[in-house]
Amino acid sequence: MRHELLLITAALLVLIAEIFWNPDKKSSISLFSIILMVVITIIGFLPSPAGSLFGGMYISSGSRLLMKNILNIGVLLVFIQSVTWLKKEENSEKISEYFLLLISTLVGMNFMISAGHFLIFYIGIELATIPIAALAAFDRYKNKSAEAGIKLILSSALSSGVLLYGLSMIYGTTGSLYFSEVAALFHNSSLQILGFIFFFAGMAFKISIVPFHLWTADVYEGSPVNITSYLSVISKGAAIFILMIILFTVFPVILATWQKTVFVTSVLTMTIGNLFAIRQKNLKRFLAFSSISQAGYILLGLIGGNQLGMASVIYYILVYIFSNLGAFGVVIAISNSTGKENIDDYNGLYHTNPKLSLIMTLALFSLAGIPPVAGFFGKFFLFTAAAQKGFYLLVLIAVLNTIISLFYYLLVVKAMFINKSETPINTFKSDFPTRFALGICVAGIVVTGFASIIFEMIRNLSFGV
Amino acid sequence: MDILSLFVVIPVLTITAILLLKDTRQVRLVSAFGMGLQLLMAASLVFLYLTARHAGNIDEMLFVKDYVWFKSLNIHYTVGVDGISVAMISLTSLVVFAGIFASWEVEFLRKEFFISLILLATGVFGFFISIDLFTMFLFYELAVIPMYLLIGIWGTGPKEYSAMKLTLMLMGGSALLLVGLLGIYFNSSPDGNRLTFNILEISKVVIPLSAQRIFFPLTFVGFGVLGALFPFHTWSPDGHASAPTAVSMLHAGVLMKLGGYGAFRVAIFLMPEAAHELSWIFIILTSISIVYGAFGAVAQKDLKYINAYSSVSHCGLVLFAVLMMNQTAMNGAIIQMISHGLMTALFFALIGMLYGRTHTRMINEMGGLMKIIPFLSVCYVIAGLASLGLPGLSGFVAEMTIFVGAFQHPELFYRIVTILAVSSIVITAVYILRVIAILLLGPTTNEHFEHLPDAKWFEKISVVTLIGSVAAIGLAPFWLSTMIGTSLHPIIEKIIALNPF
Repeated sequence: MRHELLLITAALLVLIAEIFWNPDKKSSISLFSIILMVVITIIGFLPSPAGSLFGGMYISSGSRLLMKNILNIGVLLVFIQSVTWLKKEENSEKISEYFLLLISTLVGMNFMISAGHFLIFYIGIELATIPIAALAAFDRYKNKSAEAGIKLILSSALSSGVLLYGLSMIYGTTGSLYFSEVAALFHNSSLQILGFIFFFAGMAFKISIVPFHLWTADVYEGSPVNITSYLSVISKGAAIFILMIILFTVFPVILATWQKTVFVTSVLTMTIGNLFAIRQKNLKRFLAFSSISQAGYILLGLIGGNQLGMASVIYYILVYIFSNLGAFGVVIAISNSTGKENIDDYNGLYHTNPKLSLIMTLALFSLAGIPPVAGFFGKFFLFTAAAQKGFYLLVLIAVLNTIISLFYYLLVVKAMFINKSETPINTFKSDFPTRFALGICVAGIVVTGFASIIFEMIRNLSFGV
Repeated sequence: MDILSLFVVIPVLTITAILLLKDTRQVRLVSAFGMGLQLLMAASLVFLYLTARHAGNIDEMLFVKDYVWFKSLNIHYTVGVDGISVAMISLTSLVVFAGIFASWEVEFLRKEFFISLILLATGVFGFFISIDLFTMFLFYELAVIPMYLLIGIWGTGPKEYSAMKLTLMLMGGSALLLVGLLGIYFNSSPDGNRLTFNILEISKVVIPLSAQRIFFPLTFVGFGVLGALFPFHTWSPDGHASAPTAVSMLHAGVLMKLGGYGAFRVAIFLMPEAAHELSWIFIILTSISIVYGAFGAVAQKDLKYINAYSSVSHCGLVLFAVLMMNQTAMNGAIIQMISHGLMTALFFALIGMLYGRTHTRMINEMGGLMKIIPFLSVCYVIAGLASLGLPGLSGFVAEMTIFVGAFQHPELFYRIVTILAVSSIVITAVYILRVIAILLLGPTTNEHFEHLPDAKWFEKISVVTLIGSVAAIGLAPFWLSTMIGTSLHPIIEKIIALNPF
């Protein structure tokens, strides 16, 4: 319970700070929140006993703590990346709201991951989603941002409805909402399978798995870049974690059934995400579709239901946080200083801003899975996990998809290194927080792969069906 | 630090040194120094290797070093060499060394150019020293990616198209390869407890034939794409034609050899049963590569395209010989890889130098260059003669060995494909001699060419290094073939054990 309590305390402290802080020095609330988050992240890594609370509704274990810690690192990076953007004139009034809302979504995700009962899980998932809708509409004077907020809240309401409908069927047939009891009483009847499918569809909305991905691109494009990066990394990661936990612990009886579901959705997600990403001109939409296809690869780790699969999913999310936040960090830096967000605007970027271009290249290569950066190892382990259970065809489809993804990642690289531009982005020096966050991302991208100890640690905490 | 890992460490250190340099003029000196050191290392490796063999060391791989990397998956960083890898490492260091001097005059983004070039070399060296499939695959992909930037930024002609085509096709190959490698990995232990990526350990296990039938084609085609196997060769002409000189040299000279080496070391060595069963399909494809590549070269007018198609033909010959699966032909395959590597690097270096002077690569726009730039022209003739297999140069030794080996098979099918493949020699003579006649002999057609300067000192270093090696192999092939031959024994024994001809 430590993570949740710490985060709630932090949220309250930010609220108190908002009230008593000197109004002229509001921007230092950013620093305050970051320091709080650093402390929480560090405390999160201290050893903690496994156990359960509220009669098994709340479960804490090594693997779940690890997932929370990974999310903490990601949120910390998002915080640091937001500082420059929050300094802008129009945001100066809303700094504490921003941090408050982000921290409360994180609390929701932590509850969701620790759930041992479908009610806690549902409360967590709602708490994790609704504040995000407010954040998506953060630029409230921009039509697109408001539109993104409405779209997000409507689609997540719909998905929650679908999810609850599925849960009600499961409850009706098993008479319990405890994970352990549902798992014991599940016996493969068709109503239960229907319930499972509704549940899966609801989760697919949250992870934006095809065919439930349609909200993604618009919401990602309309939201402020920082929120887009948060949505595509942290929210997605948390939803995948809990989906994995539930599939592995609640539905092992129908392993063969959900393997088929995961197989089909994985192929669709990768392929459609990739094919749509090719056509995008706006970098935020581009990264949105690329993150859809990334979810497709991650499903490869789920499909086997094996220990290696769980390890590779957690590991990949960690790598994905560094890579995607690295790519978004560059987009944020450029958007903050020039307001440009299109791929064409990046033409000739290497000649004016070589360091940013190199970081972007590194991040994109990591997303594409090119050695020697961490993405290569992440993808390799995901594919190994699927191959271990004999899904060679799926692995083949996935690796062919990585070739498609390489094509569009290279388009961005080409824009930066090869294309010439009449009006290139001016040389600028980003401020300390931006550079610091990008530095952490680069270190993460480079080190996470080679340092096998990270993967080994994750694997020791993982479990299979 | 073991001696083999130094082959990866030195390039990485060179790259770091280049990154730290402020003055771009020093970049090429540092690169030349680093790669010169690498060449010395390769020479001492050959010496150490031969000494160890003379001293009676009969291990399959020498200088083996093993570090556990990902313990739970039993992934290791394992290096080791036999005679074949030693030969390939020497080839690589020669070509890279010559390549540095061939790109002495690159002006645009010089630092980045040399970094990418040496990064590519790092991947190649790493590939040849690894005996763990995971490490090998990692280095293989590492070698492919810098190509995109090298061709895209410093290339000529439709460079963006060629760079993208090349990268995607090669990565497509590595996609098939990845599935193949995973298939090998999960069948590497009969009881499933000690799965391994180590080539030597897997070679002691018999992978079930049903699995081999699936994963052999994937692995072979995966490597075959890089070795320009028909019909996956189409990246090669465009890529070579658009690439800057040093990149063409490195790519045709060394990178394409990764395909041949991998096909032989991984696909055939680890899955000989399926290789024997399915080899006829690939023999047909490689025969097409050989003949089609040669005809393609006849039809081209651009010097680089001619050479690129000739590479398709010659690399087809490598895969062809590997698939013959007997001692003589395989020996020939390795010599052909070395010989073609040196010869084609020489060709591309010379073409780059000609292009730098005449600003055209179209053969019908040039003529009578022999009188104006005799040094380069004579070198071109030597390269051409090596390519068409003149005795005394390396090409003859390689092709002779391959065809003798291929003819050892008594079946009609092998006889027919061998005769087809032999016919490529004649076609090769056609396009080589035609180019020499138009390009170098006859009257000077263009008056602007009257005062072209002959080779400069750095160009001479590049060219002489390569010609010296070509002649050395041609005159004294027995050193090389003994070194290769002893290392081939374990592979041949494994093949003969399952199927005595």
